[in-house]
Amino acid sequence: MTADVIIVGAGVTGAAIARELSRYKLKILILEKEAEPAFGVSKSNSGIVHAGTQNPPSSVKGWLCVEGNRLLREEIAEDLGLNFVQCGQLVVIFDLADLPELEKIKKEGEELGVKGLELVDRAWLDAKEPNLGPEVKAALLAPSAGIISPYRFVYALVENAVKNGAELKTSRKVSAIRRPAGGGFEVVAGGEVFRARFLVNAAGLYADEVSALAGAPTFKITPRRGEEYLLDKKREHLTEHIIFPLPSKTSKGILIIKTSDGNPMIGPTANDVEDREDLSTSDEGLAEVLAGARRMVPSISKDDIIAYFAGLRPVSGKDFVIRHEDSAPGLVNAAGIQSPGLTSAPAIAVMVAGILKEHGLKLEPKEEFHRLRPRPVHLFQVPPEETRRLIEKNPAYGDIVCRCELVSAQEIREALKRGARTLDGVKFRTRAQAGRCHGGFCTTRIMKIMQEELGFPVKALTKRGAGSELVKAERK
Amino acid sequence: MKRVMTCIECPKGCRLEVEADGSRLISVSGETCERGPAYARQEIEAPMRTLTTSVLTRGLELKMLPVRSSKPIPKGKLFAAMDAVKLITVAAPVSAGTVVVPDFLGLGVDLVACRGLGKP
Amino acid sequence: MAAALAARAAGVEDVLLLERDQHLGGILNQCIHPGFGLHHFKAELTGPEYADRFVRLVKEDRGIEVSLRSFAVRLTKDKELSYLRPGALEEVKARSVILATGCRERTREMIQVPGSRPAGIYPAGLAQKMVNIEGWIPGREAVIIGSGDIGLIMARRMALEGVAVKAVIEIQKTSRGLVRNVVQCLEDFGIPLYFQHRVSMIRGRDRVEKVDVVKVDDGLKDIPGSGFGITCDTVLVSVGLIPENELLEMAGAEIDRRTNTPVAPGVNLTSIPGVFACGNACKVYDLVDWVTRDSELAGKMAAKYLGKQ
Repeated sequence: MTADVIIVGAGVTGAAIARELSRYKLKILILEKEAEPAFGVSKSNSGIVHAGTQNPPSSVKGWLCVEGNRLLREEIAEDLGLNFVQCGQLVVIFDLADLPELEKIKKEGEELGVKGLELVDRAWLDAKEPNLGPEVKAALLAPSAGIISPYRFVYALVENAVKNGAELKTSRKVSAIRRPAGGGFEVVAGGEVFRARFLVNAAGLYADEVSALAGAPTFKITPRRGEEYLLDKKREHLTEHIIFPLPSKTSKGILIIKTSDGNPMIGPTANDVEDREDLSTSDEGLAEVLAGARRMVPSISKDDIIAYFAGLRPVSGKDFVIRHEDSAPGLVNAAGIQSPGLTSAPAIAVMVAGILKEHGLKLEPKEEFHRLRPRPVHLFQVPPEETRRLIEKNPAYGDIVCRCELVSAQEIREALKRGARTLDGVKFRTRAQAGRCHGGFCTTRIMKIMQEELGFPVKALTKRGAGSELVKAERK
Repeated sequence: MKRVMTCIECPKGCRLEVEADGSRLISVSGETCERGPAYARQEIEAPMRTLTTSVLTRGLELKMLPVRSSKPIPKGKLFAAMDAVKLITVAAPVSAGTVVVPDFLGLGVDLVACRGLGKP
Repeated sequence: MAAALAARAAGVEDVLLLERDQHLGGILNQCIHPGFGLHHFKAELTGPEYADRFVRLVKEDRGIEVSLRSFAVRLTKDKELSYLRPGALEEVKARSVILATGCRERTREMIQVPGSRPAGIYPAGLAQKMVNIEGWIPGREAVIIGSGDIGLIMARRMALEGVAVKAVIEIQKTSRGLVRNVVQCLEDFGIPLYFQHRVSMIRGRDRVEKVDVVKVDDGLKDIPGSGFGITCDTVLVSVGLIPENELLEMAGAEIDRRTNTPVAPGVNLTSIPGVFACGNACKVYDLVDWVTRDSELAGKMAAKYLGKQ
């Protein structure tokens, strides 16, 4: 098939670009190597919508973050039916001697256009964040920061792009890219050949390989592993803001993160690694995260942890790599999108569209662009009267599958209808199995619903795609 | 030869000291009820186990029906019994105690249903 | 069911019994092994048989209204209860409430086993449900973490289903399960049990491929050089149970954060008068017979609270 633009990668960057381009009269194809969108780097994102402090004013990511924050807050979260909570962030210091550092961050943030920054003292913190430990002396408040579910953000972007005509093909790992004499690209993925005039590379951890395949071996990606530990929902009000310590050279430090689902999260660590598939957590990581988090909130206990995971940030130097590659005309890289990539994604998308236009892609707006996506039902977010109405309309909303997170059979079915194909895909969309029992009670029921909706035999059901089959044999 | 064995007749799990000559029991001590020596004798002469497993159903309200052997069967026959169990399908409604297979594998025990199952 | 029947026997006229599942009996239905009822019924029964005896009595009792597939979402200290069932959100005000909500399993996450997060890692009770209720065999080669009874029972169950159960790994010096289960579930099948060992890493990207095991000393610290690997595609986790008392907590009752049990002066009691927690929700029992005994007591206590006899 021939498209105007092929986007490699259905993480938050690729998804945002696809959605932005779907405003225009273009044939867009998204190729994703995993079984579902958001299964790479985006899956382990912490969901922070950064205010835009802690980035150098001269950097590309500096202004993209501030602009992405604005777009998300003012337009996209609402348009896509996402639950964005503007809780604000605090950068805390443990020594008043670090005050000049905080002031520097404030000044740099203001240069980038971050609004509402304010230095707050211990008395303010005592009133607003009573759980902070005695070591914390002062903080910088950034009220425009917030939280969002990272995977539901990606699913919303992809669904909306598809609604507007983009095509998504999953389990299509790019194995070769040819540049025919007449221009454009021939992309071989999953044994099929796809053609397009323009190629956007949003391949996350593999962006350097994809760029090289397309003829532009111009950068290298180093995975930086981060371990995150999720706490019980009972600890939801541990803090009211996202809490950062003063940033170090390699990372923003160990944070206390609110999440849109209520469970606080602590982490991440930051270690450069070689292996692009190494998503393991470690005893050392746990110790580091606990120590870092407890310094800010001493009441955090190991027993609060209900889940943990590791993610890899695709790092290429200090800044994002967003550019047209002149050595491979038509190739636009959106690579090295580490933190604050999720926040920046909507702004990156606009920037990439601009670069494509500059290099000859005609951006002609569609007569009808479906800007809005209906908000999916999540019973745990719904007040009782609304629940009653939903159940009366559709009895299956009263058929509870996941007891810890209150997810009904109907929500599982809707997730499958919206594109979930795997157990993890169902979990990310609905939160079923994401609670304290980790699916101990509901996994078999979900698998049965998946069999009904997808028509797969049980042995074909996977956790997250081929190779991760859940069951090896069946009595039947 | 003397050996120590754990009585599995009940959850108490008494520690029995057993003296035996091959498959001939000589003496038992350490039991706290009369089932201990009987268990030891059986275990030395011909160990027996109750088989509990489940069989496939057709057209009933659950996919699998739990079943058990009405009495213990020789321990050495457990895997042969499992092979046979995998070939059984129950299609008619049962109640707890219904005999699913009489004289299972000619062992003189029945395979019986452990719960009731009706049509959906 | 035991509490409901006992409350009825003590003179309570109107009992509503809520059950999440489509059948009564709870977790007993998947515990198809024998070992239940030696005390209560003086007979060795399987879990479904044990449950069945109560189900028959409950069904015959016209004073017990059974509501299946019903999921309690809210409880107040004034004993107002909301529950969802297919087609309705129901609200009911009771004069007394007995919570017999049982336990959930401790998970791999709670003991913080490091490593990757591939398919093939299951709480032992989930694997039990897969095999016994659905007829799904989760893997071909399994390692079991923890020697709790469910883990031991599943070792035998998997072995009978043709799965190679390669080891049971227990960090303590002794089994958490009953000795008879170590004998009839492991020794009968030649399954090695490693005491004072822990799984230090789970490996595999998509599906479990291997676990690393290391010996620990009396202080639970790893002994250097003692590590070895076991290839397997399945890891079952059987590291204890936690009472499910989230509803009780919602009602404002005091809960011990360490054990997740109600803080109260005696068995079945909670800090809210007239609200009782019985069975494994009250404390983790090792035998169902004792659960029945104390749950019957809870039924009587509720009756007494209501001024009966």
